[in-house]
Order: sequence, then structure tokens, then C-alpha cells
Amino acid sequence: MTTYTDQGKQDTRSGFGAGMTALGRTNLNVVTLCADLVGSLKIETFIAEHPERFFQVGIAEANMMGMAAGLTIGGKIPYATTFANFATGRVYDQIRQSIAYSHKNVKICASHAGITLGEDGATHQILEDIGLMKMLPGMTVINPCDFNQTKAATMAIAEHYGPVYLRFGRPKVANFTPVDQNFEIGKAVLLHPGTDVTLIATGHLVWPSLIAAENLENRGISCEVINIHTIKPLDEAAILASAKKTGCVVTAEEHNYLGGLGESVARTLAQHAPTPQEFVATKDTFGESGTPEQLMQKYGLDNTAIEGAVERVLKRK
Amino acid sequence: MATITALEELVVQVRRDILRMVHKVNSGHPGGSLGCTEFFVALYHHVMDLKTDFEMDGVGEDLFFLSNGHISPVFYSVLARRGYFPIEELNTFRLIDSRLQGHPTTHEGLPGIRVASGSLGQGMSVAIGAALAKKLNGDDHLVYSLHGDGELQEGQNWEAIMYAAANKVDNLIATVDRNGQQIDGPTETVLSLGDVGEKFRVFGWDVLEIADGNDLEQVVAGLKAAKERTGKGKPVCIVMTTMMGNGVDFMMHTHAWHGKAPNDEQLATALAQNPETLGDY
Repeated sequence: MTTYTDQGKQDTRSGFGAGMTALGRTNLNVVTLCADLVGSLKIETFIAEHPERFFQVGIAEANMMGMAAGLTIGGKIPYATTFANFATGRVYDQIRQSIAYSHKNVKICASHAGITLGEDGATHQILEDIGLMKMLPGMTVINPCDFNQTKAATMAIAEHYGPVYLRFGRPKVANFTPVDQNFEIGKAVLLHPGTDVTLIATGHLVWPSLIAAENLENRGISCEVINIHTIKPLDEAAILASAKKTGCVVTAEEHNYLGGLGESVARTLAQHAPTPQEFVATKDTFGESGTPEQLMQKYGLDNTAIEGAVERVLKRK
Repeated sequence: MATITALEELVVQVRRDILRMVHKVNSGHPGGSLGCTEFFVALYHHVMDLKTDFEMDGVGEDLFFLSNGHISPVFYSVLARRGYFPIEELNTFRLIDSRLQGHPTTHEGLPGIRVASGSLGQGMSVAIGAALAKKLNGDDHLVYSLHGDGELQEGQNWEAIMYAAANKVDNLIATVDRNGQQIDGPTETVLSLGDVGEKFRVFGWDVLEIADGNDLEQVVAGLKAAKERTGKGKPVCIVMTTMMGNGVDFMMHTHAWHGKAPNDEQLATALAQNPETLGDY
């Protein structure tokens, strides 16, 4: 079993903040907008160092998305930041027309995604955002798994021309991918080779997938673990190669099973290599208040849920 | 800069273009287009400082954003007659495979269009962003935008109006086409806007009015006055009263022609009221 070491738990939003700090110093065209959530997005350093390149829009996300679209005209690279709920569903038509259809070079950066923002409850959680954003033509959708990867993704998307949805979260989670990694948009990361089942995970579910793989290995089940940080464009070749090898797939994500990574994988498999698949995801439900750990357990988003899904899918091979 | 007489001739020709475009495909929005013809002609052929190479990088020239995208016929006609794309292309308006979509879009790469619009209420935010980019770039050119009055019912406008004043976006001139009409009837019946100029004023904008937006000299004078009021710490708003369907007698004094095309007979009548000046496409 390939072993990964947690370098110390950190929140992925702090990875975003670290990425913005680095970008601010190296790319003078990068500007940032925020809708009254500067502390939550961890962009204080960027603002302190480049006050002229920061736009506080107040609690007005629709205006923020439009302004971001306008800022691209003249060569700026705007990072529009707020909670995932307010960065997607609240402003879907603004994103659709002014950013996606207009193919503007806007980076929509969304913290507190998923259920793990915890105690604030379902009004502030969102489990539908990946679906909303991946359906927009031309939109790139990225959901990195830890601090280091979020920092790398934050910097990499500045080099990519076009609209991007970058999704990250609030809880402190294991930080296990390499420092200063090369982040390649659209490229799956094979974390662990295996032969019996393929675990395809994104975001906060990648680390639990590694734990599940280790537990299953001890029970004689060999898991291949793939980190899909880019949900769109999806690395179909990597998924198909692994599915053909193992013959069954479990997808894992902190998102509704309608519209998420699992459905993208299922579509790929159905089209090219029909393969049994189980979905670790929320099942068409809203979240609720609770600690991140309690919520992940209650909604079936932890390593135990992944192990259960593997047992089920193996029987369908 | 063109003389008023030359501009007047262009206005009549643009009206013909609008009428013929919507007639051909039996769809589109002639009413608001005709009401804003003088504004577009004055802006693109007299007031704006535009690069001659039609480079679309948005730097070193004035920019314009049409928020109420449904009046695309007037926008397309004026852009074509300014040289952004071949005038003959107006023939393709709303047809399959055309760059001239029903509502303007950058998607098909039509020169002159900088953002998609049509879903209402979004253009002012985009214009503000572009104005801020100009400030960051040290580019002292201006950003113009046009908004329907009914469109101001969309809440995003008021987020933008608040932002622009609070942040002194004083290189922006936003014009409201106050034609008093929207699809379901008069704006004051559908959802009263009240005193539009006063609303902008209390939000902190510098507001001026063009009493007759179909009087070319008034429009030119109003735009020039607005230009002089930029750079003074406040965004500038022009409340421009226009007549929907202006220049075609049976299309005026009604909202019936908001989104309806004339039939063959009506087209002939309308064109007879606007004799060819610069040559039809």
C-alpha cells in the first residue's frame, strides 16, 4: 500500500488564500473580488499587499459576477470569491450569460462547499454546485482535495484562459499531497494502484478513500485510488483504463449523487465500458446543522461508507 | 466627426435597416431599436473615441455595453455602418449559423460585441467592471452603457448603482432609455419606476437628462455634457426620454411593437416614411 502522510490538518480555503498571496506577487493582472466574506476566504494577505487590486462589493453577489466579467475586458484575471452557495445557485444566470456564454476569463472561487461547513446548516451548505457548474458549456470545474492541492490549483487556473469554478471548503482536513506540486487541469492523479476495484474520489473524499483502501487491503481487497480534482474536463482515459482493469468502480464526493462526479463517471462508463458502479454521495437531500464529522458520518460520506460501497460493488462484478 | 446632417441621414438609414431586418425573419424588437437610433448613431459616429482597427482588446478606446440586448437590430446596424463588420451581414440577422444572434453575444465572434446580453439587468455590473479595469490600466477612456427603463426592475441594477457611487466609478456614463414602455404595458402600470433620475441621484450619481432622445442635436449635446462631467468623483447617469417606434407613425405611442415585426404592407408604409439615404444593404 502506498502510504501518504498527513503533513498537518489544514482547511482547503487556507490553501486558496496561500495561492492568492503567491499569485498576487507574481501575476499583476490578477484581481480579487469578495462579497463581504474576506475572512472566510482567507484573502487578507492579498488585500493588504495589493489593495488597489481588490474590490469589496458588499453583499451583492450578482453585481460581483457581472463586475468580474467586465474586469476581464482590458486583460484582468478576476477571482470572484464567496461561499459556494452564493457563488453558484444565487447567481446562476449572471454566470451563465455574462461569464460562461460570454467566455470571460473569470475564476469563480467558492469556499464552504458541500456539507462540511457544518453548524450553519443547509442554507449555507451546497450539494448541488458541481452539477450546476459542470452543465455550463465551457466551464472548467475543479475540486481539489487538500491545502497543497488547492494552493496549486489556485495558481494554475490563472494560466488557463476561460471561466473556472474552483470549489473548496472550511474544515481542517489531512494535507497529504506534495508541497509545490504541478497542478495539471483535467489530469487525474493515480494515488494508489490496485486490481480489484477502482475508487474515484474528489475533494474532501479523497483522504477517506485512502483510509478505506488501506482498511480494505488488510481484508485482502486491492483498491486502485484515483484523485479526480478536475471534474470537467474529466480525465476519461484514466477512468476507463482503471475501470477496464478492475471491473468495478466506486465514486466518492461531498455532493448530491445527482449531477456530481459520480454521474460524470457513470456517463463515461456507460458510453465506453459499462461497469458496475456505486455512489458515495448525498442522496438527493439537503444537509443540516452539526459538526463536519457528524455530518459526514450521518450522510454516508466517510471511509466506512466507502468500504460499504466497495463490498456492494464487488458483488456486482 | 460627422456633421449633424450626415448623422441625420444615417439615422434614417439605420431605421430602414432595423425595419428590414426584423421584417425578413418576422421576429425581433423594432420598437426599442427605433427609439434609440439617434442615441446609437450619436454615440458610435460622433461621441465615442474608437480605435480604427476594430481590435477588440478593450484597451485605449471608449467602450459601450448594451444591457437591454433585445434592441440588437439598432446595435447591429450601427456597428456594421461604423465598419465593425460587413453591412451585408445584416441580412443574416436571427438566421441559423449567423453571427447576428437574436440577442448580442460574443459567442459567435461578432466584432463590436463585448459581452452577451438579453437576460436583463446585468449590463451595468459588466460596465462597472470594465471601467475599473480602465482605471487599473491607467486608460483614461470612458465606458458607456445603455439600459431599458423597465430593466431597472431587476435588482442587480441597484447593487451596481450602489457600488458605482460608493466607489466613485466616475469614468462611466450609464444611459437609461426612458421610453416608459415594457412588454406588458406602460412601466408605470406594470411596476412603477417613479422618478428614475431622482433614484440615481439619491444613490449618489451625477444625473442629467435628455428631454427628447429622438432629437439628434439634443442627444449629441447631452452625451457631450455627460462626458464633461466624468472624472469628478461620481458615475454619470443620463435619463433619456425616447419614443418607442420613433420614425414610423403607427409604431409610436404604443408598446405593441416591442417585440413584433411588421408585415409586408406595414414594412412598405414604414419604409416610405424613411426614404433611403445611404443605400440599403
